[in-house]
Amino acid sequence: MQFWVIQTLNSLALGGLLFLLSSGFSLIFGLMRIANLTHGALFMLGAYLGVSILKFVPNLWIAALLGGLAVAVLGGLLERFLLRKLAGNVLGQVLVTLGIAFIIADACLVIWGGDPIPVPTPPALQQPLRVWGFAFPSYRLAIVGIAFAAALGLYLLMERTRLGAMIRAGVDDMQMARAVGIPVSKLFTIVFCLGAALAGAGGILGGPMLSAYPGLDADMLPLALIIVMLGGVGSLVGAFVGSFIIGFIYTFGVALLPDLAYVILFLPMIFVIAFRPRGLFGRFAA
Amino acid sequence: MNRAAWLAVLGAALVALPWVAGEFYVNLTSQILIAAIFAASINLLLGYGGLPTLGHAAYVGVAAYVAALLYLKVGLAHWLSAPIALLGTTLMAGAFGWIALRATGLGFLMLTLALSQVLWGTAYRWVSMTDGDNGLRGLTRPAPFGISLDGATAFYYFALAVTVVSIWLMAKFVASPFGAALQGTRDQPRRMSALGHNVGLIRWLTFVYAGFWGAVSGLLFVYYHKYIHPVSLSLTNSAEGLLAVIAGGPGTLAGPVVGATIVMLLKNYVSTYIERWNMLLGFVFVLIIVFMPAGLVPGVQRWWAAWRARRT
Repeated sequence: MQFWVIQTLNSLALGGLLFLLSSGFSLIFGLMRIANLTHGALFMLGAYLGVSILKFVPNLWIAALLGGLAVAVLGGLLERFLLRKLAGNVLGQVLVTLGIAFIIADACLVIWGGDPIPVPTPPALQQPLRVWGFAFPSYRLAIVGIAFAAALGLYLLMERTRLGAMIRAGVDDMQMARAVGIPVSKLFTIVFCLGAALAGAGGILGGPMLSAYPGLDADMLPLALIIVMLGGVGSLVGAFVGSFIIGFIYTFGVALLPDLAYVILFLPMIFVIAFRPRGLFGRFAA
Repeated sequence: MNRAAWLAVLGAALVALPWVAGEFYVNLTSQILIAAIFAASINLLLGYGGLPTLGHAAYVGVAAYVAALLYLKVGLAHWLSAPIALLGTTLMAGAFGWIALRATGLGFLMLTLALSQVLWGTAYRWVSMTDGDNGLRGLTRPAPFGISLDGATAFYYFALAVTVVSIWLMAKFVASPFGAALQGTRDQPRRMSALGHNVGLIRWLTFVYAGFWGAVSGLLFVYYHKYIHPVSLSLTNSAEGLLAVIAGGPGTLAGPVVGATIVMLLKNYVSTYIERWNMLLGFVFVLIIVFMPAGLVPGVQRWWAAWRARRT
């Protein structure tokens, strides 16, 4: 029984992290129509930056904030100075993000070395929470809470603010949005920064669970791709539901069939392709 | 000089190489040939079909792993394991093509990437089968018709023969009416569909054909190295192949061969001085796409035509 409870909580916590990763990926894809292949590398960079920040500021939450901010600045520079030069050339933009992903990943290897770096759990959350005789790891509960808060914040941003309305207009019909005077290019930068910030902060928040290691980027990127295909491009609800589905499939896959956990990830893809090409909540096929 | 003369000179140079060059260069050229088949197979999809695949390493890696596992775990002879590996990988390409070709453009790119990453992750984690990060060792090279391929020169001629046949068959494929239809689906899929062509089937057959040649490259790869590691299935490997095509010039026959040569030379030479192949790969990617989006071969051809026009 304890096994199922713990694995369920692990699934939820991984799902929460994946939401931080994939919501930005999905928004960028929905608005800019490009798959940002640096997203996994930004997640890993966030984790490593967090490790370094923790040496000076021994507080995980501040590290996540600063790490997310730094990755957001990098994302904004990338969008503004590289991707914008290639406007209209979608394949070129995607391949440039791939090239940048290689550069970031290799730079992380140079700076932080090849050994995994564990990230300590905040002291306040080291004791498990005991309810009805079950011990719940409290850090994982906190991650789930953060993911829900982030989801709520993003929902309010998208549905209740002027900025969100402009982004939604851009996702639905970019040319019309431009025609009525919405500064779509500025939105590109904002959304790219936002997505990068979420990925970077997710990286360091995931540190106590995943630690920071070379290859973290290559582990996370396919999960983000599968989530966005499953949930639907540009849909926050889709990213949210997809993240938790993949969180469950992956966690239970690793626990029950460790050798073949990755093969199970084919299932959601085949489901989407065969039955619902635009994803669960998507408006158009990727 | 016309094209046939150029090809004759190139052929003579390749055949004569082992007499004039040392073992290092012979081995390097073997690796370039293997990479050229891989790049040419990606070019079928990207250059002639307009389908940007970012998961073509899957076919290289699976063919190599199947051949290696059949040899190590089942003890099959090479003449049996090689066709099984080719057939199995081609069948997998059929299944992957069915999935990935539900989308075009970026959706296709993401699906091929996700599919190959799943295989990569499996190769890493299925330790009882693939020995994970250690890779599979203890393989041998085949001896077709009793000729041992263990020497660098013998293997080089073997790889050269396979490469010539592969490139020739791919060129035939592209020049055939089917190849013309394929290029039609790249440029005007809706018109092709209206003209009664089965666009989906044309793309799928090309996907399977490209997967088969990827598998051929994978077999040569595993015979050359006598070792296979999950990195062969990785995104880096797919990206190297794609970069070779983009650098050389997609949609040209010579492009991928030139591109593969450049990528392999960079990989072998520069990485002896700086151990940062991935970073260099990333920089080359960005530079090529920003400054030479059409690739080297069309770029040089245009320059050559302009120069000749000025002379006459």
